[in-house]
Amino acid sequence: MDFLKFIRFSVKQIVFGSSTYYMWLAILLAFVLVGVSGYQQQLAHGHIVSNMRDPVPWGMFIGTYAFLVGVAAAAMALAVPGYVYHWKPIKEIVVLGEIIAICAVVMCILFVMADLGRPERFWHLLPVVGTPNLPTSMIGMNVMILNGYLVLNIVIVTYFLYCAFVGKPYNKFIFMSLMLFSIPAAISIHTTTAFIFNVLPSRPYWNSAILVPRFIASALCAGPALMVIAFQILRKTANINIREEALQKIAEMISIVLFVNLLLFFAEVITEFRSATAHTVHMQYYFRGIEGHVSLVSWAWTGALFNIIAFFLLLTPHLRQNTFLMNLGCVLVFVGVFIEKGIGLVLPGFTPGTLGEVYEYVPSLAEVMIGIGIAAVGILLFTVLSRVAIPLTFSEPYESGDDTRFENPRAVIREI
Amino acid sequence: MKKIDKNTTACASHSRRKFLKAAGAGAAALTGVPAAANAKIDFEALFQKHFRELSPEELDRLIERLEKKYSKRSGKEVKLGVTGPMDDVLFGYGLDVSRCIGCRRCVYACVEENNQSRSPEIHWIRVLEFERTDVLRRIDFEDGNPFYDHEKVPAEGKFYLPVACQQCENPECVKACPTQATWQEPDGIIVMDYDWCIGCRYCMAACPYGARHFNWTEPQIPAEEINPNMHILGNRPREHGVVEKCTWCIQRTRQGRYTACVEACPVGARKFGNLLDPDSEIRYLMENKRTFVLKAELDTRPKFFYFYGD
Repeated sequence: MDFLKFIRFSVKQIVFGSSTYYMWLAILLAFVLVGVSGYQQQLAHGHIVSNMRDPVPWGMFIGTYAFLVGVAAAAMALAVPGYVYHWKPIKEIVVLGEIIAICAVVMCILFVMADLGRPERFWHLLPVVGTPNLPTSMIGMNVMILNGYLVLNIVIVTYFLYCAFVGKPYNKFIFMSLMLFSIPAAISIHTTTAFIFNVLPSRPYWNSAILVPRFIASALCAGPALMVIAFQILRKTANINIREEALQKIAEMISIVLFVNLLLFFAEVITEFRSATAHTVHMQYYFRGIEGHVSLVSWAWTGALFNIIAFFLLLTPHLRQNTFLMNLGCVLVFVGVFIEKGIGLVLPGFTPGTLGEVYEYVPSLAEVMIGIGIAAVGILLFTVLSRVAIPLTFSEPYESGDDTRFENPRAVIREI
Repeated sequence: MKKIDKNTTACASHSRRKFLKAAGAGAAALTGVPAAANAKIDFEALFQKHFRELSPEELDRLIERLEKKYSKRSGKEVKLGVTGPMDDVLFGYGLDVSRCIGCRRCVYACVEENNQSRSPEIHWIRVLEFERTDVLRRIDFEDGNPFYDHEKVPAEGKFYLPVACQQCENPECVKACPTQATWQEPDGIIVMDYDWCIGCRYCMAACPYGARHFNWTEPQIPAEEINPNMHILGNRPREHGVVEKCTWCIQRTRQGRYTACVEACPVGARKFGNLLDPDSEIRYLMENKRTFVLKAELDTRPKFFYFYGD
């Protein structure tokens, strides 16, 4: 019964809002429609409307997918300081990290669906009704684990918000178990995503064990960087109290993980170029280009440069404490990791192809439209979920100030 | 977990069935229509089971449905075979690198035999041209040119290396497929269930030989060019959004015939036979010539052997 009230409250929060809120929704919906129209083209003509072809069978969709799986690590980056070390400024915002994770995973699933040649047959991947090739196929494994992670995060967020709504403390054992379990679960989604690529002996660019820790490290940079930005936006728009020290701590954490990421990347580059076997050709294509094919070279150096600049901005305390420089650092990390994962992971792996053909892939208009649509769905989802979550987790309920039910929801958090 | 038994094949248990008359012979010469034009949802196709989980009756019904469909599309009486593997047969292929002249007749014979899309063109065989004369050359696939376009072949100072599916004993594509839509048959051929493939293209990433090809749009073949002698795991017309591959002409070889590429080769560079038969030509070649396989270091164990005839 209480749960029904909770649902009703959520729907009310989502449906009713200020005119600014409606305007924001309208803008996002317009972008969703852009995506729908791109997808319509793809449905009508097939994936020929993309610029993927046999030599480069995966492009922007799978690249962005690999990147967004990393963004889902946002949740883990907060769960550790919040619930393992019980650091209060972060504990308050863990649920927002979980919401970002939910949105990122939903976007991942949409990108995979957009990539499938026969999306109506997706059920062939599922146990019982389909015939998943487990555990041999890493895509099969990844689908299982990613969906499990999505369900886990939905359960955590729903349970947390529901308890806050009815105003009683959550069952500490259940909640802590779920929360702690979500940490290795987050690691496992990055691990299996890296496995999709690095288990393939046919693609020497990926076939390196270091890809797994690189995935985890870059994930723990991009996800939290997005959060630092998103939280400041929420602080302005939703008028909530997210403490500066929490943002500072996240930024500091990014710099440390970014160091690990740069180190692993450096190790990979040195190994490749010093050994200089026939397999180095892929990294050569990425950083130098081969035989005049140079479309990725400027991306490669931009990405590396962004990550290095961001590292120093976020590492040095007095630079980081300047809000502008901290934000600049976060944006640079986010873009840098997007280039590293979204562009620099998939494409050089396929170029040159297994028989040596060089096909330079650049996403088509339809692909970009679909990508924009999916991004808009993700932001839309984040908007509506945080509309529900924010009044329940923060002391100043925004807008519905007269609702006595939320007088002191902080009490719930103070319980542990 | 539902794991499909590696040793079963629906083909083997299948019985003969009556042929269907071509429905509406000479009907509209469908040369392939955009995917969206098939707006009518075919629920029977949508919920069809995995090929190897079909009961004999379900397989009969499927064959009947598909024969009708392909007959209508081609305006010919299509015979969709389901011949299973023969006992004590493991197919193997030999290619004489010293004889190949790079004429690409095999490429086009394959396209015609196996109903590959004419627009956009899909080729299961790719012939690479290499430089003989550059003495400091690196011999690697990156140095092969698949797009050579000479008036006459073989071109001066070049040699040729055709590459198609290597029918590996340790197939990366089968390991990669998330839905078990591709598998190895007991006679060694890697086949696909085109109705089960979800089009994720992971097998294309996994294949070290570029042997897998995707239907980026609805494949188009002029009706009169459709080869009506089909096999359900082989050359039946594919649809948009699925991967396809060479099956060593399963519709021919399981009836004791040579593949189309073997027949088309004007210099006799292509050999095919049963690896388990000590008297076969392929066994003779393996015992008497110097054979090698491509990318041996990956341990995919191809059953496609290259050799030097002289």
